Amino acid sequence: MSKDIWPLWEVFVRSAHGLAHKHVGSLHAPDAEMAMLNARDVYTRRNEGVSLWVVKSTDIVASEPAANEALFDAPKDKSYRYPTYFTVPKGVKHL
Amino acid sequence: MNAAAVDRSRFEFLLRAGDNGLILGQRLVVLIGHAPILEEELGMANVALDLLGHARMWLSYAGEVEGANRTEDDLAYFRGASEFRNALLVEQDNGDFAATIVRQFLFDTWHARALGAWSASSDERIAGIAQKAKREVDYHVTRSGDWVARLGDGTDESHARMQTALAQLWPYTGELFIADDVDRELAARGIAGSPEELRDAWLGDVAAVFARATLSIPEDAWTPSGGKRGLHSEHLSYLLAEMQSLRRSVPGTRW
Repeated sequence: MSKDIWPLWEVFVRSAHGLAHKHVGSLHAPDAEMAMLNARDVYTRRNEGVSLWVVKSTDIVASEPAANEALFDAPKDKSYRYPTYFTVPKGVKHL
Repeated sequence: MNAAAVDRSRFEFLLRAGDNGLILGQRLVVLIGHAPILEEELGMANVALDLLGHARMWLSYAGEVEGANRTEDDLAYFRGASEFRNALLVEQDNGDFAATIVRQFLFDTWHARALGAWSASSDERIAGIAQKAKREVDYHVTRSGDWVARLGDGTDESHARMQTALAQLWPYTGELFIADDVDRELAARGIAGSPEELRDAWLGDVAAVFARATLSIPEDAWTPSGGKRGLHSEHLSYLLAEMQSLRRSVPGTRW
């Protein structure tokens, strides 16, 4: 059994209830069941979390670096997109 | 039954429990750097560390019970093979990965059942160690059982290797369930249940996984024993030589 036939999995750990799962790294495993066992052994031996997700790396859709401008380079002059642009009217109590 | 005899049995029990973890842990750590894949290497190292942690608790208590000022390290590094009380199963060579996994699975399943029984010990210290260790060992059972099922029900080669390993190692499981005078005294005192009582439940545990793995259980025949009395295979001396050499050549050395 060679590791190049074992797919790569991405591991996400939720460190505490109420927080989001956070990506912590990746590992190799033949299937989901063993990916979960390996994730436990590689990433959660020191009380790191309360929940684990493992996701096949090939199932993750990533943005293309070539599309960075369109996706992330928001115009700096459109300050009305930020909440700080708006002043709170006098008399508003429950905002 | 005088007080000194009771202490001796308790001491023997603690050595048996501690030496099983110490020796199997040592067997596994030599695979670091040699496991088939990185993830499995970490997994086995974790199991080895768990077992070493249990051994430290058992042997520390053994030293206290003996009352001769021997520490866990004294017991681990300054006893010869004939003073070790581990089962023959755990000192068997790593062999190929199939043998490593089958040995682990046969031990893990027994270990979980034994710790479950010891958790009800009349000795609170023993019950406490057993309860703490059981949580980790339950995971060991999941892990090694998973491998047994995969490799047994894997390719023709993996199946053949697993069946060969099982044929080699199965005879060593008999010893785990044979009671001697120490065991009978411990059972009478409520310190540990008799090893014989674990066998049916254990057989059920392993049979379920071997069925998934499409492996057939060998027939009971030759049953080597003697580990609990210090009668070991030659494998143990080599293992101890490697494990103890540094500590013996540089007395008092520390990390």
